[in-house]
Amino acid sequence: MRAWLRHHAQCLGATLRRLVRAPVASGLNVLAIGVAAALPLGGWVLLGNAQHLAGEAHVDPQLSVFLAREATRADAARVEAALAGAPGVRRHRFVPKEEALADLQRAEGLREILATLGSNPLPDALVADLAPGEPDAAQRLAAELRKLPNVAIVQFDALWLQRLDAALRLGAMAVGVLAALLGIGMVAVTFNTIRQQILTQQGEIEVSRLIGATDAFVRRPFLYQGAVTGLAGGLVALGIVAAALYALNGEVGRLSATYASDFRLALPPAADLAALLGFASALGWAGAYLSVSSHFHKSLR
Amino acid sequence: MPAVQFNRVTKRYPDGFQALHEASFAVAAGEFAFLTGHSGAGKTTALRLIPAIERATSGTVLVHGQNVAALRPAAIPYLRRSLGLLFQDQKLLHDRNVLENVLLPLAICGEPPREAARRARAALDKVGLRERERAMPITLSGGEQQRLCIARAVVARPSLLVADEPTANLDSEAAAGVMEIFRSFNQVGVTVLVATHDAALVERFGSHAVRLDHGRIVTGPGTRAAA
Repeated sequence: MRAWLRHHAQCLGATLRRLVRAPVASGLNVLAIGVAAALPLGGWVLLGNAQHLAGEAHVDPQLSVFLAREATRADAARVEAALAGAPGVRRHRFVPKEEALADLQRAEGLREILATLGSNPLPDALVADLAPGEPDAAQRLAAELRKLPNVAIVQFDALWLQRLDAALRLGAMAVGVLAALLGIGMVAVTFNTIRQQILTQQGEIEVSRLIGATDAFVRRPFLYQGAVTGLAGGLVALGIVAAALYALNGEVGRLSATYASDFRLALPPAADLAALLGFASALGWAGAYLSVSSHFHKSLR
Repeated sequence: MPAVQFNRVTKRYPDGFQALHEASFAVAAGEFAFLTGHSGAGKTTALRLIPAIERATSGTVLVHGQNVAALRPAAIPYLRRSLGLLFQDQKLLHDRNVLENVLLPLAICGEPPREAARRARAALDKVGLRERERAMPITLSGGEQQRLCIARAVVARPSLLVADEPTANLDSEAAAGVMEIFRSFNQVGVTVLVATHDAALVERFGSHAVRLDHGRIVTGPGTRAAA
């Protein structure tokens, strides 16, 4: 066990020394991976920011139920009960017509107009906050509510919600496709890098195997090199995206200020970034594994 | 139990060339044996069957009683670690110095670095290369390179040393020096099997010899075939 751990430590040390000894070649490989990885990473970060912005802008859909003017408290209670039992309804509240009128009177320029009406023209209403991403369920709920007595209007902007949902799904899918392509590209780049390294160390590999090295022993240094290269590529990609966000945030700040918001583009949480770097490292490892396996397949046992 | 035993071993290559024809012989544990014959007689093929670098087409090769053909691929490295192998083309690592070449088998066996360095220096001492541990192999003479190969082969303390034409490119003095080193290891219990086409060397060192001719075992004066 100690020998095994010692060999792991030696492999990691040798990999880092090899990267440092050939800084140009290693650097270019890492840069190629980093630039390629920056595209889907940037897409992922922007998508995350878009989702965050949508959440901040109260994108969670609302459903408004306006009762008939002759509706009673019992009618309102019936609607409340229906909302309380419906899946996808996060919360709901009753808005009496007096409260609605008071809100309206606080709006600039409407007080005089309302004063000319004499009586309160507004109905009692119920407003429900719905869970996002379930437009079909919301539409079914709206249809159910319309059937209740003394329900005048059920207002639900399904098309808007569906469009936003579809746009976010499309964005996520595009990022996924880009990430899959990058993953394949990254494995291919690492495969080729390790293949070249194998060719330069072919003599050592052959001798090692002839005098008793196991496949795992031979493979291990290359796996470390692949994993370290992938990790370094991931770090470069992260640096590129962080720099791009920093550059964009000046303009984003000015734009969001016009909407009375302090929104800024931000990197995902540290745990997500760590998982991303782990994934990049795993892709490098996979490329190296395939490369060494291919060499083993072609050479003598 | 013989250290090496060939039982009616035939080796045919994919191109149809038959390197060994039902060859049977044995090398007893602790013995210093030669495998002789002209170039192309099948000596190298026979030696490559012992560490499972090649597989026999038919027949069995036993190493310390273990049927090499029955070994799982994952077990072959461990068989090779129990052997000291000297290759005809030496297979030294020319980008590593003398000491690093000798350290390689110990690294493979997982020896701690300090103990590995001590053992590698001791092996270099035995073959007279202790003072040249920092030299690169390319700067060594032919005899020194061969002695370096011996140090690498014995450093992990194998019980069987298998050498393929270890004196092929050496003058008679250097060849004798190499053979003396083999004899010194044999005297401490290591079984030595040397393939050579040099009949004079076999005669001089007076050991038992197994002679191959076109892949077949030939018996005669000074030779021995054993099943």
